[in-house]
Amino acid sequence: MEGLTLSDAEQKYYSDLFSYCDIESTKKVAANGRVLELFRAAQLPNDVVLQIMELCGATRLGYFGRSQFYIALKLVAVAQSGFPLRVESINTVKDLPLPRFVASKNEQESRHAASYSSDSENQGSYSGVIPPPPGRGQVKKGSVSHDPVQPRTSADQQEPASPVVSPQQSPPTSPHTWRKHNRHPSGGNSERPLTGPGPFWSPFGEAQSGSSAGDAVWSGHSPPPPQENWVSFADTPPTSTLLTMHPASVQDQTTVRTVASATTANEIRRQSSSYDDPWKITDEQRQYYVNQFKTIQPDLNGFIPGSAAKEFFTKSKLPILELSHIWELSDFDKDGALTLDEFCAAFHLVVARKNGYDLPEKLPESLMPKLIDLEDSADVGDQPGEVGYSGSPAEAPPSKSPSMPSLNQTWPELNQSSEDTAIVHPVPIRMTPSKIHMQEMELKRTGSDHTNPTSPLLVKTSDLSEESKINSSVKFASGNTVDGYSSSDSFTSDPEQLGNNVTHQRSHSGTSPDNTAPPPPPPRPQPSHSRSSSLDMNRTFAVTTGQQQAGVVAHPPAVPPRPQPSQAPGPVVHRPVDADGLITHTSTSPQQIPEQPNFADFSQFEVFAASNVNEEQEDEAEKHAEVLPVEKASDPASSLRVAKTDSKIEEKTAASAPANVSKGTTPLAPPPKPVRRRLKSEDELRPEVDEHTQKTGVLAAVLASQPSIPRSVGKDKKAIQASIRRNKETNTVLARLNSELQQQLKDVLEERISLEVQLEQLRPFSHL
Amino acid sequence: MAVCVAVIAKENYPLYIRSAPTENELKFHYMVHTSLDVVDEKISAMGKALVDQRELYLGLLYPTEDYKVYGYVTNSKVKFVMVVDSSNTALRDNEIRSMFRKLHNSYTDVMCNPFYNPGDRIQSRAFDSMVTSMMIQVC
Repeated sequence: MEGLTLSDAEQKYYSDLFSYCDIESTKKVAANGRVLELFRAAQLPNDVVLQIMELCGATRLGYFGRSQFYIALKLVAVAQSGFPLRVESINTVKDLPLPRFVASKNEQESRHAASYSSDSENQGSYSGVIPPPPGRGQVKKGSVSHDPVQPRTSADQQEPASPVVSPQQSPPTSPHTWRKHNRHPSGGNSERPLTGPGPFWSPFGEAQSGSSAGDAVWSGHSPPPPQENWVSFADTPPTSTLLTMHPASVQDQTTVRTVASATTANEIRRQSSSYDDPWKITDEQRQYYVNQFKTIQPDLNGFIPGSAAKEFFTKSKLPILELSHIWELSDFDKDGALTLDEFCAAFHLVVARKNGYDLPEKLPESLMPKLIDLEDSADVGDQPGEVGYSGSPAEAPPSKSPSMPSLNQTWPELNQSSEDTAIVHPVPIRMTPSKIHMQEMELKRTGSDHTNPTSPLLVKTSDLSEESKINSSVKFASGNTVDGYSSSDSFTSDPEQLGNNVTHQRSHSGTSPDNTAPPPPPPRPQPSHSRSSSLDMNRTFAVTTGQQQAGVVAHPPAVPPRPQPSQAPGPVVHRPVDADGLITHTSTSPQQIPEQPNFADFSQFEVFAASNVNEEQEDEAEKHAEVLPVEKASDPASSLRVAKTDSKIEEKTAASAPANVSKGTTPLAPPPKPVRRRLKSEDELRPEVDEHTQKTGVLAAVLASQPSIPRSVGKDKKAIQASIRRNKETNTVLARLNSELQQQLKDVLEERISLEVQLEQLRPFSHL
Repeated sequence: MAVCVAVIAKENYPLYIRSAPTENELKFHYMVHTSLDVVDEKISAMGKALVDQRELYLGLLYPTEDYKVYGYVTNSKVKFVMVVDSSNTALRDNEIRSMFRKLHNSYTDVMCNPFYNPGDRIQSRAFDSMVTSMMIQVC
């Protein structure tokens, strides 16, 4: 015990504590009562306290001299740090944190001391040494009466200080005293155990002076403020140790933790519940807040108007600026009123602030109002939108039509949330368009992919059947029944398959098993254009690009080339460049051809029909594979592309090329004719962005090419099969086009509606 | 993108004024002050019609060789003035409008705070951070 060496911080801290305990101003002896209080506040088990007392020699002396006191404090620190209590440990333990006392720093709390001492008395320890002044405590209790506090008192009993808190603590005053008591320690101790001496002392001083001033003021206050302190104190989460570097909160929390750990199950529960989050509200606190809310607004689902809340929180004597900041943080929906959740958050922040915590810049998650309606909060509002959105892509693969209805469903949600939140916050509105875009994209994605018609398609005919596009395509298909194939099945399944493939591709980042269409490019962010008249163009381009790489010169908003590298991008790109690209191509030609798939197919078909059927078939097979993905690019895309003279020319050349290359036997004439016809129709289409027209163009082209089929009856079977396949592909392409167009239409409508909503919201401003 | 943002009360005293730190703030204060005349002019010109029909966004108030000054007035005659660097090309009208809209929304939020007395200087941290976000883009 001799030769106790203290660091500066410790020295200051201890002397302060000593003066605190030195209620008689003897400068030599610390009042036993106070000392015991202090030790109790240290949250150490009683036997440890006893041991400390022995070690420091107080029991021997019967009083706490300064040195004994210091030694005791050091031992407390040792004990709190978990080291075994030994005399030697006083000096040997390095870097000992300052002993933490939860509720020991209030000078003016002589009454607290009284209550404490009464506790200690109850505890019965040091009986010989301690002259508890129960009277004082009793006086205290009588002075402040807070009936509403009663419910608290029971909680107070669980106050951190000790499990032994006797029922005497419960009287209304105790929360009051406790509060102050707690406030101090939390304020004073908060930053200190782990930080340097400087910061510790100033806050401590401040806390003390503040509390002394506050005490007088507070006693006159309604329960809330005291309760706040108490509550906050009790609540301070232990987790803080994890946040050692975090300013006030950490230390406070460590303090609290030590406090809590030493106490009742309630505290422990509190502790564990708050363990995760410094800002979490404990059950008791929450209950208290709810009760306070009720005093202002009996309906728990109702609001507290701003003025009432202002009065209420002004009582806490926080500076208006801080209250203003607290309000900003807690009024989540910015409506000028506080719901129960918002009120609890605000209250909690006030309590925390009074305990020395700094106000956060943003509302902590645990304080965020969670019970807010979807419409009310931007956050929550966004979520349903998001959910809805994510739901639609999931649905898209299986079928397109469900995805549309799902969009319908999500849309009202989005709209709703954006409506309400828009009034309050501009942000959600902006979300909507992007969501729409994303949905668009998603849909396009789903629509753009296109595997072999023959493969797994037989999936969900039902969905497609609902779509009009199916109808149209069915019609189209029926037109081809001549070929003896019922397109409906394959057709209906195609788009789905497409969707499936697309989504799959998307998820696999574009790697497709077969040369299914490359994943659509990400939607281009065009906020300024999102609602402009160029929307269609954008969409169209997006679609086209989505379908296939829009390498065509004519399309300025070129989408990044899809990984579908299969020849499609290559030739497509080249197309405008070299008219001779054809050379390459038996591989390229099919790709170029895809721009007018049917046409191309037919030309090939014709050629093949004229020449070796086998070769043609093989080629066709290849081309089919290529064409398929290309087709997806969708007729609109292709037709758009085709719309460009260059491509047209190339088409023609391409068309003729294969014919020439192959064998040019059979009628090159027939092939070119359909080509030209197709081109013509595309010419007409070109000025129109409308994909439907494109589709019709394609239709026309296909139909135009129909007649050529019979001609080749000769080579027939395979030729017919080829043509059948082509028709199927065309069908699917058209169907997909249709669905995409419809989707775009839907999106545009949604955007329009969101714009209108925004307009509505802005309009009210005009008559302030 | 803004170099200076100011919120002027109905009685033409500033509720909030903040400039980009690099510049001579006094100059901006002066510019804002002179722009008030232009704002009043625009209001009175349009104000013959019903207040409702008057648009909140006033547009470019006046250009100088280095800066452009934009104005926006609410229906309660609270004015927002924004000074923008002329060298910042491609700052479209839409963007200026959106910035003013953000300002207006933030101002409304400040108003909703019961602890804010209308007529006080705006000390809201949220408002500050919003203005900072608008000004930071200058770089």
